[in-house]
Amino acid sequence: MGNNDATDRIEAGIQEFKARKERGLAKLITLVEASPELGNSIFSRIGESLARSECHVIGFTGPPGAGKSTLVNAVTAVLRGGGHRVGIIAVDPTSPFSGGAMLGDRIRMERHYLDAGVFIRSLATRGGVGGLSPATKDVLRLMRAFGFDYLLVETVGVGQTELDVMMAVDTVVVVLVPEAGDSIQTMKAGLMEIGDLFVVNKADRPGSDELRSSLRAMQGLAAKRRPWEPPVIATQADQDIGSDELVNAIDHHAEHLRQTGELEVRRSLREERELLDLVSVHLINRWNALKDRPELAELASQVVSRRIGVDRFLKAIAESA
Amino acid sequence: MGHSRHIRVLVAKPGLDGHDRGAKVIVQALRDAGMEVIYTGLHQTPKQIARVAMQEDVNVVGLSILSGAHEALCQMVMDELRAEGLENMVVVVGGTIPAADVPKLQAIGVKEVFGAGSRFEDIAQSISAHVQ
Repeated sequence: MGNNDATDRIEAGIQEFKARKERGLAKLITLVEASPELGNSIFSRIGESLARSECHVIGFTGPPGAGKSTLVNAVTAVLRGGGHRVGIIAVDPTSPFSGGAMLGDRIRMERHYLDAGVFIRSLATRGGVGGLSPATKDVLRLMRAFGFDYLLVETVGVGQTELDVMMAVDTVVVVLVPEAGDSIQTMKAGLMEIGDLFVVNKADRPGSDELRSSLRAMQGLAAKRRPWEPPVIATQADQDIGSDELVNAIDHHAEHLRQTGELEVRRSLREERELLDLVSVHLINRWNALKDRPELAELASQVVSRRIGVDRFLKAIAESA
Repeated sequence: MGHSRHIRVLVAKPGLDGHDRGAKVIVQALRDAGMEVIYTGLHQTPKQIARVAMQEDVNVVGLSILSGAHEALCQMVMDELRAEGLENMVVVVGGTIPAADVPKLQAIGVKEVFGAGSRFEDIAQSISAHVQ
């Protein structure tokens, strides 16, 4: 693709985005995913839209097979019933072997394919430098700016990338199923700690009551008493059972965040994390581009053996052309 | 530009055709060839296919058709893609397409037709070539 085509595409995407056309959003998502530098210039161009932040962002995480996509589908139906505009991001892992990905979550959301009030986008984690993938959060930022009332983000609850994404949302919903009761232990500990709501899906299956009791008991054992006690909600997402209750709980949590000022606290924490992520990725990219230089490789080994401080190393990197 | 590294493909099954094993196998093969593949599921209408193609900003739409209704379905899909502003979308078709019908599909705008027995490597390479 020639440079003129590329520039045209960016221009068209920005104009269409500002005109609130979905295909503009679609094009810009592709561009910010492709390159953080491009992301920077795009964000600076659409700047004024970013001020609009009444959008409530909900993350859905949990082990594979828990029914997250089906649950997102059911929740979307409830939100649409309330006349709200919904954006959905479904994240699936990139294969470390081939670099490709099967993005099949949206199959469960077919009922919303033609709804003008619902935008669905499938993303692959794309690995990312050092395990971090700023792209997903950039896409989230873009979608926040577009003007949805609710943004639903779905990822598989394993891996650093997904944990990172969950720390970028307002409300974290952890979705579990009765037969995967043991997975509470194997789930990344961080996810259980940042869960704001717990859902026991496929609640008609044996073990459902036990799982709900275990989850409630876990809340009771939590060392620090948080001001928000995460509710445990039973659902059968494929039958739209429990989704109204879940949406109520989500709205209730949103209200809690606003009233206690915790919304601002989380946003500051999120910005700080994002800053550190951006710095790390930048550094890693710089290092990868320079690591063959003998003088830098020598400095690197001195840093690792603690003979010199990181400051000197960073200075050398910054001064290298 | 870097983004051509990640080729995004939509694999769609339009119409009443209920056989999806072929589509599922091609989804995996394209994934193994390094592509990001969105699969919509069975019984998609041309409108649904076009809207998904737009939202997912795919490079290629691959239609899996085993029902015999390929000419009509392809025409409808091309019309809906145009309505979504995607008139330059690369559309390829796989399935049980008689050789005599291939020129008709090409006349509608289909870039490649992969008959039964096409090799996955050939399909993946052909798709890559169309996207560069």
